Amino acid sequence: MSSHDDNNPHASRRDFLAIAGPAFAAVGGAITLWPFVSQMNPDAGALALSSTEVDLAPVKEGQAITVQWRGKPVFIRYRTKKEIDEARSVAARSLPDPQADADRTKKGAEQWLVLVGVCTHLGCIPKGQSVGDVKGDYGGWFCPCHGSHYDTSGRIRQGPAPKNLEVPQYAFTNDAKTKIKIG
Amino acid sequence: MDQHESTYKPGSRTAKWWDERLPVMRMMHGQFVDFPTPRNLNYFWTFGGILTFCLAIQLVSGIVLAMHYIPSADLAFDSVERIRRDVNYGWLIRSMHAVGASMFFFAVYVHIFRGLYYGSYKAPREVLWIIGVLIYLVMMATAFLGYTLPWGQMSFWGATVITNFFSAIPLVGSTVVTWLWGGYSVTGTTLNRFYSLHYLLPFVIAGLVVLHIWALHVAGQNNPTGVEIKTKSDSVPMSPFAVMKDLFALGVFAMLFAWFVFYAPDYLGHADNYVEANPLVTPPHIVPEWYFLPFYAILRAVPSKLGGVVLMFAAVAILAFVSWLDTSRVRSTKYRPVYRWFFWLFVITCLALGYLGAKPAEGVYVFWARIFTFYYFAHFLLVMPIVGLIETPKPLPRSITEAVLGKGAGAGSPVAAAASPEKR
Repeated sequence: MSSHDDNNPHASRRDFLAIAGPAFAAVGGAITLWPFVSQMNPDAGALALSSTEVDLAPVKEGQAITVQWRGKPVFIRYRTKKEIDEARSVAARSLPDPQADADRTKKGAEQWLVLVGVCTHLGCIPKGQSVGDVKGDYGGWFCPCHGSHYDTSGRIRQGPAPKNLEVPQYAFTNDAKTKIKIG
Repeated sequence: MDQHESTYKPGSRTAKWWDERLPVMRMMHGQFVDFPTPRNLNYFWTFGGILTFCLAIQLVSGIVLAMHYIPSADLAFDSVERIRRDVNYGWLIRSMHAVGASMFFFAVYVHIFRGLYYGSYKAPREVLWIIGVLIYLVMMATAFLGYTLPWGQMSFWGATVITNFFSAIPLVGSTVVTWLWGGYSVTGTTLNRFYSLHYLLPFVIAGLVVLHIWALHVAGQNNPTGVEIKTKSDSVPMSPFAVMKDLFALGVFAMLFAWFVFYAPDYLGHADNYVEANPLVTPPHIVPEWYFLPFYAILRAVPSKLGGVVLMFAAVAILAFVSWLDTSRVRSTKYRPVYRWFFWLFVITCLALGYLGAKPAEGVYVFWARIFTFYYFAHFLLVMPIVGLIETPKPLPRSITEAVLGKGAGAGSPVAAAASPEKR
């Protein structure tokens, strides 16, 4: 093998080293960087708190309770018949984030509405859980920060929020449907 | 950095010994003692020095506060109260730091508007200006992170709202926000990392300030006429002339600063921040600190989440492009009879947005926020390019000396109405 020469059509061993060396260094650098990015993600302790159980038996019709799940409030509302009818009477397709009320509750337990109580705009907690709260123009929740109105299904109806209040993953844990496990 | 001959003479054998090994004194002398400074600088030019002072105050008081503050969700709020009540002179140092943030922004706004009025962003100062915009951006990040640390209700909910800006990013938004939080909401983990970054960023600012001053000393300072230094009589040595003027202005500024520290330390903050953070209750009326209000008004003026966030960031980013958006050949607005009106309209727009940002986002406030948001962007995207092309500027003085001492020999000589200062 001769040394590198512009007239030589064949790549030399040095050319190979000049490409392979920096390429390995770049890959190694990127791999080393990853732990420093990943350490910012939720740690094992935060992940371990990922489910919570709630007893719904003491909640009366028309009442709402707030429980904490993953550091966020979860709204659980025992809806009245009027509230359910209001949520069902509107055509889902006409909404900003179209979704039918039936898709946001469990079959056979339509009175229970379970929502992550965090406004989908910029993360404030909407008003509407307590008796004296402003519930917005649609009888559900109202976010005081930037004025988003949610209906009795927790769907966005008016204001800057782009999405409906999130329905967390949850399941009833007994046959009487009085206990749920969120997460 | 070498546009003038060094006049530095080492005064002692030690100084000479150093000068041959590390000529840092020679450099300082050249840049800050006999550096040629335009002789016509007004008091608006003292804010660069004032800002350096503000950065120093924030660094010193911040490092001291860090010796007493505890970055934990359980202890942060109480530790700030302990600083105020128990730590020797803690009340003073904490007030200096909190008021200092406001004073820093007040000074930077004067500095930015001065640059906009006198065309300090125009060639050859584009890089100088862009570094300035970067400093402003890092200042905003630092102030936001610092405001989180007392862990009051405004701290917590401010952190929640601001980090949620990133949830507007399509597809990866919520992943990014979870990554920023280190959890599924703002928690003590978030507080801890914000504290770390709040300690880091001021040093980034300090580094950028060095580059800013470096770029300033390559191009030289702009001045109220916008005409460059041409002869020796246009300039004076920085020391004592500019330095003394800076120090006098700094004294006046320090009086204002001290008045807030001693008589109204909480006037610029929010009472809600003396309620400890509660992740389950949002305060009924969230507003940022006064210096972010115009941007907050822009955010809320847009009825779409992504649109609001994009426009808000664009409102800062657009500043980086003014060197090219402004088509006028004349730097100083003093000689721009048409643009001058638009400039003041822009100042009013910023103040109005600030007022509207503090009001609830409803009814007539939203309407006006939209009008002023439109003008904010129109000023950069329409007024700056168009007025620069169609306006006939007033005649410029031939030199800084002429502007200061009157026309003298130049009196009565016809000065072309169409400005082309570079060619004179």
